[in-house]
Parts: sequence; C-alpha cells; structure tokens
Amino acid sequence: MWIYDKKLEYPVKIKNCNPKMAKYIITQYGGPDGELAASLRYLSQRFSMPTEEARSILNDIGTEELAHLEIVGTMVHQLTKGVPADVLEKNGLGAYYADHDHAIYPISAAGNPWTAEYIQSKGDPIADLYEDLAAEQKARATYENLINLADDPDVIEPLKFLRAREIVHFQRFGEALRIVEDKLAQKKFFITKPEFLKKRE
Amino acid sequence: MDENREKLLREVMAADFTLIDLNLYLDTHPTDQRAILLFITSAQRAKMLRDQYERLYGPLTVMSSGMGCPWPWIQSPWPWEKTSL
Ligand SMILES: [Fe+2]
Repeated sequence: MWIYDKKLEYPVKIKNCNPKMAKYIITQYGGPDGELAASLRYLSQRFSMPTEEARSILNDIGTEELAHLEIVGTMVHQLTKGVPADVLEKNGLGAYYADHDHAIYPISAAGNPWTAEYIQSKGDPIADLYEDLAAEQKARATYENLINLADDPDVIEPLKFLRAREIVHFQRFGEALRIVEDKLAQKKFFITKPEFLKKRE
Repeated sequence: MDENREKLLREVMAADFTLIDLNLYLDTHPTDQRAILLFITSAQRAKMLRDQYERLYGPLTVMSSGMGCPWPWIQSPWPWEKTSL
C-alpha cells in the first residue's frame, strides 16, 4: 500500500510558463522512457524477484518513480497553467488542448498515448533486471536531451535532480543483478524455470 | 506560501530525501552498519522537522491530520500548485 505525503520529492517552482518546453517534458510523464513506465515496470516485476534485495529494490525504486511522475506532472502543469489556447496552439499543443484542455495526460513528446507495450514483466529475474538497467540509461539520456532543450534554471534544476536519480537507480539495479546472479549460480537453487532446465538435460 | 513555511518545508523535503536515498543503498547493502546508523540518526532528524512543520502548518499525511473542522487534510496548497513553495 501507499500513503500520500503532501510534498514533492524535489521542489518545483516554475515562475515562467513555457508551453513548448511542457510539450517535450511530458514525455517523461507518459513516454516510452518515462516515469509512469518505470514505476509500473518495477512494481509489476517485484512479484517475481527471487531475493530480498531484489524484491525490496524494485519495490522502493518503483515507489520513488511514482514521486518522479508527480514531479514531471507538476512541471508540465506549472509550465502551462493559464496559458491561452492560441499560445498553446502556436507552441505545438493545439491538438493536446483539443483533447485535454490544461489537464495532464500521459503521452510522449510526439503525442503517442502511454501504452503497457513500453514495459515488460518477464518472470525471469535476469531478463527483468537487464531491462531495468537499460530503462534507467534511456531515462537518463532523455533527461539530458530535455536539459539541452531547456534554458530556465527553474526547469533545469528538477531535470538535473531526476537525471541524477536515474544514475543511482542504475547503480542499485546493477548491485541487485549481481546478487541475483550469485544466488542463481548456487547449485540446487532453482528459482526460475526448473521446467526448462529439466527439458534441456 | 510565506517564507518561513517554505524554508521549513524544503528542510523536511531534504531530510526525507536523505532517507529515500539511504534506504535504496541499504536494500542492496543490508549489512552495512555505518549506513544503518546514518539512517537512524537521519530518521530522527527528519521526524523532528516533520513534527515541527505539521505543528505549525498542518498535516503532511492524513495519518497526522489533527482535529479540525473543516478537515485540515484538504487544505491547499497541494504540492503541484505554484503556491505550494
Ligand atoms: Fe529511475
């Protein structure tokens, strides 16, 4: 379960609206390498993790990604709040406005709606953890692209924070992977695919 | 939001973030006694700041919502609002 804490993980206080930047940043809300995908990926994969370390890291990073989803949503909200329809339209958000007004909806920068096809939950801890490592790198790279597109420190600071978290997550998933691999290497410890192992013999 | 409130809220946020990050470390290093000790002292500090903030400005979680009518939990600002900091 979760309990809501009435604060963000990192402060967001954007003084100047910038709908063009919002159109790009929303990709970390509902895009292929965004926070919604990250959170659902880890929170789904945790059910089939074989060690306490792997279960807890997926649980806790999956939880932190929800806080990141909130930070990104907050950024898009503050960047577009009160911006008139014609200004949104001039900045590439005309179609978005038609469907969602000033609401927050999970899409990519190109406007594709969020889909579960962005994530996998394989039931194989090695496969899942490798996906998670790649996901963290892709998210890091996306934040770097967004930082390159931004010029307002109010926007850049939270993006830098989120980028730094992806690096920490990558590190922790790497450690979890090593722990899981060590455990799997122990003889007679069949936590995945005993059926496959039997058929292979 | 007034200056003192914003300052204290930012301190709560920073203290809680220390715990979030330390906890991730401990997930994969559960026998690191130095980190466990650091977590304990950081948690005490975070709790102290949280209690102080909630006493002055209202609940951060619904569990800590004190008596009050109207129900204090629903009061603005919510964290995504520009006025929340
Ligand atoms: Fe992450």
